Amino acid sequence: MSVLVDANTKVLVQGITGKHGQFHTEQMLAYGTNIVAGVTPGKGGQKAVGVPVFNTVAEAVEATGAEVSVVYVPAPFCADAILESADGGVRLIVAITEHIPVLDMAKVQAILKDKDVRLIGPNCPGIITPTGDNKGCKIGIMPGYIHKPGRVGVVSRSGTLTYEAVWQLTCEGLGQSTCIGIGGDPINGTNFVDCLELFEQDEATEGVIMIGEIGGTAEEEAAAYIKAKMSKPVVGFIAGLTAPPGKRMGHAGAIISGGKGTATEKIAALREAGVHVSESPSLLGSTMKKVLG
Amino acid sequence: MKIHEYQAKEVLARFGVPVPAGKIAETPEEAQAAFEALGKPLAVVKAQIHAGGRGKAGGVKLVRSAEEAYEAAKEILGKVLVTHQTGPQGKKVEKVWVEEGSDIARELYVAVTVDRKRQCPVMMASQEGGMEIEEVAAKTPEKIYYEPILPGFGLQPYQARELAFKLGLSGTAFKNGVKVLGKLAECFTALDCSIAEINPLVVTGDEQVIALDGKMNFDGNGLFRHPELMEYRDLTEEDPKEVEASKYGLNYIALDGNIGCMVNGAGLAMATMDIIKAHGGMPANFLDVGGSATKEQVAGAFKILISDPHVQAILVNIFGGIAKCDVIAQGVVDAAKEVQLDRPLVVRLEGTNVEKGRAILEESGLSLETAKSLDEAAEKAVAAAKGGAA
Repeated sequence: MSVLVDANTKVLVQGITGKHGQFHTEQMLAYGTNIVAGVTPGKGGQKAVGVPVFNTVAEAVEATGAEVSVVYVPAPFCADAILESADGGVRLIVAITEHIPVLDMAKVQAILKDKDVRLIGPNCPGIITPTGDNKGCKIGIMPGYIHKPGRVGVVSRSGTLTYEAVWQLTCEGLGQSTCIGIGGDPINGTNFVDCLELFEQDEATEGVIMIGEIGGTAEEEAAAYIKAKMSKPVVGFIAGLTAPPGKRMGHAGAIISGGKGTATEKIAALREAGVHVSESPSLLGSTMKKVLG
Repeated sequence: MKIHEYQAKEVLARFGVPVPAGKIAETPEEAQAAFEALGKPLAVVKAQIHAGGRGKAGGVKLVRSAEEAYEAAKEILGKVLVTHQTGPQGKKVEKVWVEEGSDIARELYVAVTVDRKRQCPVMMASQEGGMEIEEVAAKTPEKIYYEPILPGFGLQPYQARELAFKLGLSGTAFKNGVKVLGKLAECFTALDCSIAEINPLVVTGDEQVIALDGKMNFDGNGLFRHPELMEYRDLTEEDPKEVEASKYGLNYIALDGNIGCMVNGAGLAMATMDIIKAHGGMPANFLDVGGSATKEQVAGAFKILISDPHVQAILVNIFGGIAKCDVIAQGVVDAAKEVQLDRPLVVRLEGTNVEKGRAILEESGLSLETAKSLDEAAEKAVAAAKGGAA
């Protein structure tokens, strides 16, 4: 078992003929992802990396039964692409693109909240469920081979820091059920609480690693949920203890403003909720190993 | 992107928010001429830096004659202002804004910013104008009123009226206030602002509602829609290393320590800084070369790190995903040779093509230390920096 995606999930790629879209489609296919369609307006009828291309998402869904869309469309056009997918009949949209204007995301979220569709991202590595040796359902840009099917769910605002945690879990022999990158933007689709709920219900997941960073209050909200509802152990890490206030640390969402959103506050909230907060990002795997026994 | 107060007022005026008349001056003579041109008995000389808290730091002066304007500008120009927003190193004043004095009856606060929890812009207003809003929020949060701005629809007139009533406005001032709130919201969404703040928003003796100050930041990701705003960018306000880094598409932020860091990915970069501190060192910077770094970017990053004289050791931490370790390693080796690296270098590579990457480092003939884990890398970098300082 896993959450949201598995080996059978039918995926379509928006922006499949672009440089990034093409490269990552190859990578996803190599990992075994069931990619059934691509969408690039005006290029319908062609093939890209052996995948049939359609003009619209609705057409692609109709013809192939795609249920998940992964978006590699450039930032200026990305909100539009997300909305097209939301209207086109998929159940899950994974937006990889970074640098989307925050007001575009505000519009997207205002529309999505009344629709029966989930958005992961934007500005994220995507979602992956490993099912075998270097294979599974990889929807995004993470390196597939560091993953291994296993017992731990991973949810993170960061990209490469997630790979770090995943690699440690693999080296410890614990592996992952599903890993979800929720992205580093101030307004995003799926949040920590959504993922924790999914992992709590998933039979294959025995524990969860949660990686947060400075800025916003998403970690505090997660702490409240964990305290009230979560029975599975959570190991956490918050990046940015040394980050100065008022400076954006790479991610648009990673900023301490008005004295709020500091790592210290977040760590305290998580500890209070019973989360095993690791002081060092290099101890996530070993901490989980200890916790799960 | 941040802009100056005088630029923010120019933008606000364009959207129909009343602002006092004023002129920019870069010399005391220009300030004197500005006072004369304004032709009012009273004016204010205000330092233009990208930070708040200028009044307390001595960057704002009331003047009653052209001579006083000259003297005030002479004192403020070139001065380094240290405020709660500048950091301890402060900011040097290059320009002053000379503005006509206003007849202030009341000082209010209004701002629009993005509310992450509500996932939309929100207008905040308070009767406690002229104070630091962080302080109001901490001590008397009930004195700040909020209205969410529905994306695509904007602030509705009833919401502006609601806020204006809560601000205690009535009569002509109420009508003027409602109009200003609407215009401010319009400006925020039209220009992809990340913050648009007027503090204080002033009610004058004759019931005008005017912006006595203006702070405006823009969402860097939205700037492609507003190329005209790039004219407002003031490079002298930015760290030269940060400007240089942006040319290479790198994310760089200068910090106070002595260990230069180069990492791929923002989260891992922050975590690397944290782990350096946990081992008793201090990071000199945040530097994210991106998830798909090229050889050129790595070389550019290296040059920026080395240009910082405080850097006594360099730590490269790469988890290759899309970025391949061998590409990064080659970039590091080339750059280190090109700049004739004279400081200790610790490299930790993991991920895609790690074996090839390690081989490139080993065969390079460079004197560098390698590390397998994050902890080991941080430990070695801290030790190297201490050795370098001795």
